[in-house]
Amino acid sequence: MALEINGNSYETDEEGYLTNLSDWNDELANEMAKADGAVLDENHWEVINFLRDYYEEYQIAPAVRVLTKAVGKKLGKDKGTSKYLYELFPYGPAKQACKYAGLPKPTGCV
Amino acid sequence: MAKKFLYINRKAPHGTVYALESLEVVLIAAAFEQDVSLAFIDDGVYQLMRNQDTSQIGVKNFTPTYRALGDYEVNKIYVERESLEARGLSQDDLMPLTWEDEDEDWAEKDSIHVISSQEMADILEQQDVILNF
Repeated sequence: MALEINGNSYETDEEGYLTNLSDWNDELANEMAKADGAVLDENHWEVINFLRDYYEEYQIAPAVRVLTKAVGKKLGKDKGTSKYLYELFPYGPAKQACKYAGLPKPTGCV
Repeated sequence: MAKKFLYINRKAPHGTVYALESLEVVLIAAAFEQDVSLAFIDDGVYQLMRNQDTSQIGVKNFTPTYRALGDYEVNKIYVERESLEARGLSQDDLMPLTWEDEDEDWAEKDSIHVISSQEMADILEQQDVILNF
């Protein structure tokens, strides 16, 4: 599969996850969200940027339980709940946010 | 009730897929909140060497992922002392792996326990399920 944006083509897997992590940019994330009928605001970006930093450091996308705990620690307790994260990413916080962040589908993901 | 799972790692980290596969299965088991321990024996102790660089052998360096184990609450990581010594290694050659204890105000604690082969035998004895990689 491929994602077509502004005349550029980006290769993805059958579920829409980017094949090459280095293809990622902000615009691509916005376009992926638009295709799902979503608009990314600063709260979404906070989680997306968190995931990219986590991947950079550990070379994996965290499972949702790990993500929830880590977000709570880094971004504040009120944000470290599955309710908050599911409101931002209704298709599953780890799964949907990782897609927009250009990361692979998380290991043991929801 | 959660079962006690022990994953035994006996092979060098790169060149075969065993180390990476083991790590991925461990993360999945931990995500499902099982009681997970890891053992590193024989050449498996090389998996935890610090500062690994795979750029010359054309494979992804997945070893930073071991440092995420603490986030998954995997904090029983046993390394056999005899295997380290036979390879001229000590715990100082291994990457530090830590976890944060929620019950003690997130105090950082070591996850790696270097133990004798006799102690390792006792650990094996306590498990419900043992998987060899």
